[in-house]
Amino acid sequence: MALEFLNVYWRDMLRFFRFRALLVSSLVQPALWLALYGAAMSSNFSRFASALPIPQGAVSVSYLTFLGAGVIALTALFTSLFGGISLLFDKNWGLLREVFASPMPRTHIIIGIGFSGVTKSLLQVLVIMGFGLLIGVRFFAGYSPLRTAAAVVGILVFVGIFSLGFLFLSSAISMSMDTPEGLQGVITLLTLPIFFASNALYPIDAFPGPMKMVSAFNPLTHLVNGVRYFAIGSDFYATGYHYIYTTGDMVRSMLALAVFAALMFLAARWVFRRAVVT
Amino acid sequence: MADNIIQVEHLEHWYGEFKAVDDVCFSVKEGEIYSFLGPNGAGKSTVINILITLLPLQGGSVKVAGYDVASQPEEVRKAIGVVFQDETLDRDLTVWETLEFHGRIYSLPREERRRRTEEMIALVELEDKRDVRTRHLSGGMKRRLEIARGLMTNPKVLFLDEPTIGLDTQTRMRLWEYIKKVNQAGTTIFLTTHYMDEADQVSNWIDIMDHGRIIASGNPLKLKNELGRDMIYLETSDDEAALNMVRGLDVVKDARRDSKGVRVTITTDGTHCLPVIMERLKDQGLAITGVNLKKPTLDDVFVYHTGRNIRNASGERLSARAFARRH
Repeated sequence: MALEFLNVYWRDMLRFFRFRALLVSSLVQPALWLALYGAAMSSNFSRFASALPIPQGAVSVSYLTFLGAGVIALTALFTSLFGGISLLFDKNWGLLREVFASPMPRTHIIIGIGFSGVTKSLLQVLVIMGFGLLIGVRFFAGYSPLRTAAAVVGILVFVGIFSLGFLFLSSAISMSMDTPEGLQGVITLLTLPIFFASNALYPIDAFPGPMKMVSAFNPLTHLVNGVRYFAIGSDFYATGYHYIYTTGDMVRSMLALAVFAALMFLAARWVFRRAVVT
Repeated sequence: MADNIIQVEHLEHWYGEFKAVDDVCFSVKEGEIYSFLGPNGAGKSTVINILITLLPLQGGSVKVAGYDVASQPEEVRKAIGVVFQDETLDRDLTVWETLEFHGRIYSLPREERRRRTEEMIALVELEDKRDVRTRHLSGGMKRRLEIARGLMTNPKVLFLDEPTIGLDTQTRMRLWEYIKKVNQAGTTIFLTTHYMDEADQVSNWIDIMDHGRIIASGNPLKLKNELGRDMIYLETSDDEAALNMVRGLDVVKDARRDSKGVRVTITTDGTHCLPVIMERLKDQGLAITGVNLKKPTLDDVFVYHTGRNIRNASGERLSARAFARRH
């Protein structure tokens, strides 16, 4: 059976839980984001939004709740984009030679790193959701326990597929780079447009044309849509806009993420096949 | 040639315009300790990396354990063990985890994996370090662990790239005990080393490579005998004149300048020949300030064929690596 990727997964998780400092900081950081940025912006947005009339029948949600979904998505983005970095270190420290000289197929390295990265993302998301609920993010408002459970699963599925895509991308970049500095530069450069041309922190409806285009193809936007759909609902009012998500929207967003992940996997496989590690 | 476990024919390798390996042919017999020597930059690492399937085959043919490296790389990988020149241990895994991970990526079934892990830990005597992370091991222990890892899958051939580099004499001797034990159990050893005395003591066969080609082959005794019976080392008031003089003598096989004197290999017994040579030099008005007579060593063989002393040729790189390891 082709389950060799589990070995890579095993080693990566071993290291993740071994480094308590890394583990804790990776969980505390998004919580801080939500607490600090959320608290600061929340009061500002509420001030603007209160001046606008709420459309009839729409459920108004606070900015903090709106942002909660965004922070979940951003956390998944950052964790995943940096998730392949260990490969660069493995390459530079010679550890990858052991693996490349072994009979294990190289695609299993990509898949193993992908799955361990997804595990980390999901753990973080669960922590942020829990923390968010504590500080006043109104997720799953009025949901039955069963519906809440289903919504959580929905969110995790969206986050999982999204994270896989960015982990594959991160692995491909890490394998192509020689220095951590270069890698950091490339990833930071990638992060900015993905981050800002999305609906994670604010609505995209008022974006200038080109930026709107980018955000429509931005995987982060699709993830945020998914998370908001499951966590807040299909019809709500926030940041001065009325949000309506249909099931079709969700299927489209899910497909977009799946296609993205598949393309990134092919890219990573291509890079790994050509990689020479000596 | 059914008993050749490694068969390399007309191997070539290019890095862009630079031909690093040029028509290299050699074979390794099953069960022997084979030494592959040469100064840095000679093309050794390229050849090894092709043999262990980390570099693609560009020209020629290479068979390892009966499998073709180009068409059956997976089979080759299953049949070999590798101890790399530089440390390739995950510093954050323990000794046990390191071996467990290795067994896993070679798809050893759980029971066999656990059994082999225990056997290997016992073989290299790391029982009391089982749960220690590799970053806390000494250099010699790390090397022993890497050898244990290379042996874990019962390879037909074990590649040892500079296994004893940077280790103290005692640790080196202990490592060699393990390696010999393993060899006696039937594993063929493919060795590279900068320590000529090691190669001399353990090898059944030696190939010396330089500038991308094999320039000398044979067992250690044959290689040393080829150099002549004795070596004389002379320091004189005028080494150039001394060199010209000795070159004219019948008994002299080879003479060349060294950094401080003249190195002469002769075809007869030096104990009788040396006084004659010294007499002649005096007749020419040359003052002799130093003299030494010895049997040729593998170091001399290396200098004879490559024109370089193996430690000088590699000194810079060694210290660079030693630096990298410490930091």
